[in-house]
This record gives sequence, structure tokens and C-alpha cells, in this order.
Amino acid sequence: MNSGAMFSKLAVQVKPTVPAEGRRVPEIPAKIKAEEVNFYYGKTQALHSISLQIKERQITGLIGPSGCGKSTFLRTLNRMNDLVPAARLEGKVFIDGQDIYARAVDPILLRRKVGMIFQKSNPFPKSIYENVVYGVKINSYAKNRREMGEIVEKSLHDAALWDEVKDRLHRSAFSLSGGQQQRLCIARCLAVKPDIILMDEPASALDPISTAKIEELIFELKKRYTIIIVTHNMQQAARVSDYTAFFLLGELIEYDITTKMFTNPSRKETEDYITGRFG
Amino acid sequence: MRKRSEFSEKLFYLLTGMACLTIVLMITLILGNIFIYGRGHLSWEFLTASPEQGMTAGGIFPAIYGTVLLVFLMTVAVVPVGVMVAIYLNEYSSKTSLVYKATRLAVSNLAGVPSIVFGLFGLGFFVKFVGGNMDRLFYGGQLVFGQPAIIWAALTLAVLTLPVVILTTEDTLRSIPNEFREASMALGATKSQTIMRTVLPQALTGILTGGILAVSRGAGEVAPILFTGAAYFLPDLPSKLHSQFMELGYHIYVLSTQSPDVEATRPILYSTVFVLLALTFLLNLIAIVIRSQMRARLRRTG
Repeated sequence: MNSGAMFSKLAVQVKPTVPAEGRRVPEIPAKIKAEEVNFYYGKTQALHSISLQIKERQITGLIGPSGCGKSTFLRTLNRMNDLVPAARLEGKVFIDGQDIYARAVDPILLRRKVGMIFQKSNPFPKSIYENVVYGVKINSYAKNRREMGEIVEKSLHDAALWDEVKDRLHRSAFSLSGGQQQRLCIARCLAVKPDIILMDEPASALDPISTAKIEELIFELKKRYTIIIVTHNMQQAARVSDYTAFFLLGELIEYDITTKMFTNPSRKETEDYITGRFG
Repeated sequence: MRKRSEFSEKLFYLLTGMACLTIVLMITLILGNIFIYGRGHLSWEFLTASPEQGMTAGGIFPAIYGTVLLVFLMTVAVVPVGVMVAIYLNEYSSKTSLVYKATRLAVSNLAGVPSIVFGLFGLGFFVKFVGGNMDRLFYGGQLVFGQPAIIWAALTLAVLTLPVVILTTEDTLRSIPNEFREASMALGATKSQTIMRTVLPQALTGILTGGILAVSRGAGEVAPILFTGAAYFLPDLPSKLHSQFMELGYHIYVLSTQSPDVEATRPILYSTVFVLLALTFLLNLIAIVIRSQMRARLRRTG
């Protein structure tokens, strides 16, 4: 366990400021900083002193075999793990310099800033319109019906779904295809105006065409949002993410620019996983 | 040897079949008997008039009215409380906490208490204790609420049917996938917002089922209202919460045991049973129709 903690520190020291090609880029500010995060489900430790910095308006992919802690780490970032009984976190997580586990932080307000997309699309059994306005109503973002309508249109536009649903906003969300449902969940998340979007294997239950659409969308969203995406799919991580973090048995093994990770990983475990030797 | 085993096989098969036949026969006998003898006396006048001449003539309208009102008041009392308990048990409490275990135990024991005990409890607690104290505090000791009344009968029935509502609601809440709660929480909803906007709307049909079961259980009970509000004979309809009332089940008991002329009241008795059964079926039917409409609407627009 100790050696693992050491490795993860080493991994962080590989500062991803210089891409593999050697071209210099301006330093991108960090949006999220995790410092020595340990996480426990009861007595089971799921994360071992994770430290990493996630860059603003970049896509960071979290990869690793099942049970490696990547989803657990993702859920520490919007404190969804608070809902799990007997879960406990040590260490610090900063978003925009604010420790989100500080006593003064309201997890409810945090989740309005840090949106989340789940593995299985989970629209509410309501109409398409009602799904998008769910968070808007809760946050009282809209003063009247007109404003509400504008938010709905904009969110669906940004989620690349507007043209497909504009004529049937009041039909059930369940009348949509799987890929459309997932984009509806993204629209629902965007309507709450987050800064950061966490995605937990958002395309793993979708066919290749729907997956391509979601990936295209994620790429588009990068312009305005910091995105962290958990994926099982190596190609997907290589395609969409700017940075990649490799988790194994609750430890962060390597964290670097994606192109570097996939062409010239510093650690043997990373290479083995990427080339499909295990996991 | 072979013959013998074949014979025992057939015998067992026959026995199970006959057991089934018995239950069908019983229900046919009961319903058929009531239908044949009860139908004759049914008339518009019977349904809308008050009993007359020591219940040997006239109708049963006050009893019908009292039953409907009683069941309505009971539902108004039991559904919100039962749903709240179920929400606490399923959404808030940890399954290992003492409160959870104690409530669980209380609910299952409540379901096993004989209904006559509820009747005595209602008399002691609602009528004498709650009602008596209300009179002392608000009416200067005058007898208003400290006597059997429809409100106390309804509350006693509500206690009796509470486990039904709690258990069905809890089952429904448990069947709602966690992903909806997570989706709601991830959008920045609080726990109570999640329950009110996502969990309860999806649980509505299940809650209604609990209501149906409570109504059909409550409408048929006589023992709990015996001491808490049902009257032998009242020409007037209950107009206040502290009025006494006539009730179909209790009226049947009165007609069959307390009548001065049993022969003369027999046709009325049969018809009253007929009406009670019809009313219970009708209440169930209404609830089932509402439920199926709600399901259809959920499927259409969500």
C-alpha cells in the first residue's frame, strides 16, 4: 500500500504541460485539485491517497479495470458519495480553490455547480420538457414560462437534441431512443448551469452511432465546461480526452497528457492495461 | 404395487381439486344466497329512506351515508400518516437503526391485533382520553367530543388500517430505482425535493393501492366502531364530526340480533348485506379505475 502511495506521488510529478510533440503550450489553470484523498466504504478502503490536478475546460479521462476506484473518485468530486451509508473521506478536494469538504460547503449547492451524467441514462418518467426544467425549477432560475422555454431550448440545443425533439417536447422522455435519452440527461444537466460535468461511462450502454454522437457532443461541450469522464473503452479515452488518469486497485498509477499516456506511458502497469494485457 | 401407487396419486389429485371446489362453492353459496334473497326488497325507496317501524320497514339510507362518510374520514386520516411512515422507513432511516427496527416491529404487531381490541382502544383513548380532554379544555366540561362519534370511529379504523398503507407504500418506494433519486440529487435537489418531485409521483399508484386495501378492510369492520361511534338507530344523518352515525355492517348486526321481530326484518337484512357488498365492490372499482387511468397517463406523458 505504501509503495502505491509513493507511485501516485511520482505520477503527479510528471507535469503535463509539455505535449509529447514537444510544442510548448501556455499553462492551463487547474480547476480541481485533489490532495491525498483516501476513501473508505465502511472498513474497505477504495481510494489510496489520490492527488491530482484537473485542468480547466479540458477533458480528463479516468481509466482502469472494474473496481479500481475511478467511479468512486468521480463521485467524490460532487459529493455523491455522501449518500452512501458509512462512506468516509480523508484528504482535501479543492474546486476553484475552495475545499468542497469544508464544513461551510453545502453539498446541494456544490452539485448545482458540478453536474453528473450516469452510465445508464436516467430521465425522469416525465415529459422531455419537464425533464429539462427539473433542475431549473428547483434552483428557481427562471422567472416565468417564457424564460423557462428559453432555457429548455438552449439546453436542448447545446445537447444537440433540439432539432430531434422540438416538435414533441411534451411527449414522454421514454419515447426517445437510448442515445437521445442520454443527450436529454446532458441537456437536463446543462440547464442547471454547471461549471464541471462528471460523466460516469456515459456511452457504455449505447450503440456505436449514438456513442459517436455523444463523443462529438462532449468535444463541443469542452469549450465551456471542465469535463471528467470515466470510461472502460480505451479507444474512447484516446479519442476524447486531453488528459488521462489510470487507476488500479484504488491507486492513481499514472496521470498525463493522453497522447503521451497512449504512446509512451511511463509505467509498466499503464502499458499493460492500455495494450490489453489485463483488465 | 403399480396399481396402488396410481390409486394414491389419483386420490391426492382429487383431494386438491375438491379443496378448490369447496372455496368456489362457498363463495357461490354466499353471493348467490344474498343475491336471490336480497334482490327482492331492493328499491329506490329502500336506498333513500330511513328505517321505520322498529326497522321492519323503510330503508337504510342513513347507514349507507354513514358508511361512506366513515370510510372517507378514515382514508383522509390514514393515507398521509401511513405514507409519511413509509417515507421515513424507506428514504431516511438506516436499516440497522433502532428507530427502524422498533417501527418495523410496531407495524407488524399492529397488523396482528384483533379488531375488537382496536374498538376498546378507540373507546379508551380517542373517546375518553382525547375527547374527554377536549371537552374539558374547549367546552367547559360539556359533553361534546367525549362520547362516541364518527370522528373517533374513523380514527380507530385508521389505526387498524395503518399497517396496510405503510406496507404497500413501502413496497412501492422500494421498487423505485435508485437512479432516479441519484439523478435528482445530482441536479442539486435536496432530499425532500427529491422525495416530493421524483419519488412520490412515481409511488402514486402504489399509494392508491394501499388506499384501496385500507378502504376494503375498513368498510367491513364492525368491532372497532362498536364502542366508538356507531348508533343503533338515528333518523338524522351525521352532520358534525362529533355526531354518531349508522353504519351498514353494524346495522346488519343490529338487524340480525336486536330486532323485535326477526321474521319481519329478514328481507331487509338480506338486502342490507347485498348493499354492503355492492358498496365495497363499488369503492374498490372506483379506486381501481383511478389507478389504471393514472398508470395510462404516466405511460403517455410521464
